[in-house]
Amino acid sequence: MQVEAGTIVEKGINWILNPYDEFAVEEALRIKEKLGKGTVHVISVGPERAQDAIKSCLALGCEEATHLCDPVFDGSDSLAIARILAAAMKKMSYDLVLCGKQGVDLDCMSVPILLADLLALPHASVVTKLDISEDGKKATAYREIEGGKALMELSLPALVTCQKGLNEPRYATLKGIMAVKRKKIEATQAAAIDVDVALVGTAGSATSIQEVFLPPERTGGKLVDGASAQEQAANLVKLLQTEAKVL
Amino acid sequence: MSGVLVVAEQRDGELKKATLEMIGKAVSLGLEGGIHVVLLGSGVSNMVASLAGREVTKVYIGDDAALKDYQPELYSDMVTTLARQIQPNLILLAATSTGKDLAPKLSAKLGAGLAPDCTDLIMEGNTLMAIRPIYAGKAIAKVSFKSETKIASLRPNVLPVPEAAGDTVPDTENLSVPSIELKGKVVQILKQEGDQIELTEANVIVSGGRGMKDPANFKILEDLAKELGGAVGASRSAVDEGWIDHSHQVGQTGKTVNPTLYVACGISGAIQHLAGMRNSKVIVAINKDPEAPIFNVSDYGVVGDLFEVLPAMTEEIRKVK
Repeated sequence: MQVEAGTIVEKGINWILNPYDEFAVEEALRIKEKLGKGTVHVISVGPERAQDAIKSCLALGCEEATHLCDPVFDGSDSLAIARILAAAMKKMSYDLVLCGKQGVDLDCMSVPILLADLLALPHASVVTKLDISEDGKKATAYREIEGGKALMELSLPALVTCQKGLNEPRYATLKGIMAVKRKKIEATQAAAIDVDVALVGTAGSATSIQEVFLPPERTGGKLVDGASAQEQAANLVKLLQTEAKVL
Repeated sequence: MSGVLVVAEQRDGELKKATLEMIGKAVSLGLEGGIHVVLLGSGVSNMVASLAGREVTKVYIGDDAALKDYQPELYSDMVTTLARQIQPNLILLAATSTGKDLAPKLSAKLGAGLAPDCTDLIMEGNTLMAIRPIYAGKAIAKVSFKSETKIASLRPNVLPVPEAAGDTVPDTENLSVPSIELKGKVVQILKQEGDQIELTEANVIVSGGRGMKDPANFKILEDLAKELGGAVGASRSAVDEGWIDHSHQVGQTGKTVNPTLYVACGISGAIQHLAGMRNSKVIVAINKDPEAPIFNVSDYGVVGDLFEVLPAMTEEIRKVK
């Protein structure tokens, strides 16, 4: 990773679908396959290049897509992104919203929960197992907590954020990839979704990143001597005790 | 708008150290308006004693069976109501499974800017800045706020706990539990087997990687961890092999840990693993490959056979204790 003048150098970066979103897409497809009905709709806020991420979801089997893309969205923080999604989703109908538990860039874990609150949906975050009742009215979710799991019951519609372990995401088929290759996804702009533009983008965000820097480098320390494993272990414990003072 | 509201972290009848870390940070920021603490749970009233001598102005207590487990809708409703009443400048939560879930709920309800999972908060002049790792710790961002109310969650085990000064117990006020219908509810807590220490709260972590070769060999890590009062971690390769549960994984797709001592055994040191443990205070690496990248970040390296070194180390520690 390169940082110049307090920002990350984006040149040469290979942009991908957020890995945690793959669990969300996979879970949506599995639920649909199990119930034998329903539609999987993928929605994303992002610049032009987010098209590729959306297309990779379509290649996996999602049927519909919304790409929220407008220069006024640029610079949105988590709350602003959630406001954009909420505005668009207020006009949609759905039973279940699945999200990755976090992005692997800013690691906030916040957008899905903000979105759930703005849409007044119950939610379960960091979920490793999810069951939908046969009547389609209730979800049972196991969320990861310190030292175990919390079992949650949610009345649908609800929002769930997906953690590794929930499922094993499938790969797109060649047929799927070819089918979406030339597809153009129309951008949905701010005017189409009834969002307060004063509350999104750089100007409407309540937080902003002032500077990005690299953490201090750690340098290799000393190798512990010893003619045998016993001697090495004894020397190591002595160092941890007297030098590092951590024992 | 003034003062700090700290959302206390407690679990199983114990006030978590993270609460004292947050209060310590709140004091050191020196914001006007005092430090308020909100403590929610069941059977938590007696925990106020642990907050003595820490410059806490007032503790708001919600002690009710309905609050036994963290309930997103109920907890967020109560903290939001309190925040509207006392109008804090800053709300602090611990970046735990509860705090990371509750903080965005508060942010949405209060329209407040949120900086999650911070490793520090600093004042630049009169401006509050949040310091938070991004890209799994490969970079660090300095974040500013525009909203009047600011929310931050603080990563546990990073900030110091100041000594208590005196034994003055803060004033308390009881909160009533609103009767709202919950659309989502925690119905049961399923504890992991055994008396395990949570990785993110552990002072010592002994981790194993591909070099462990077999799930049965994790026993030697457990032995050492037990002797040191620590927890057992793992690299992604060990988890992907199915040798140990994902809840033990340290690194980019696992947990970020901050122990005093991290012992990496048979772990080569992929960048994704380093991202999760590079903030450990002291790192020890045991690996038979002298070229393993883990040695570039470790304070003490042992080039050797972990199956010989680890049991010998456990033995040595028993001797010196």
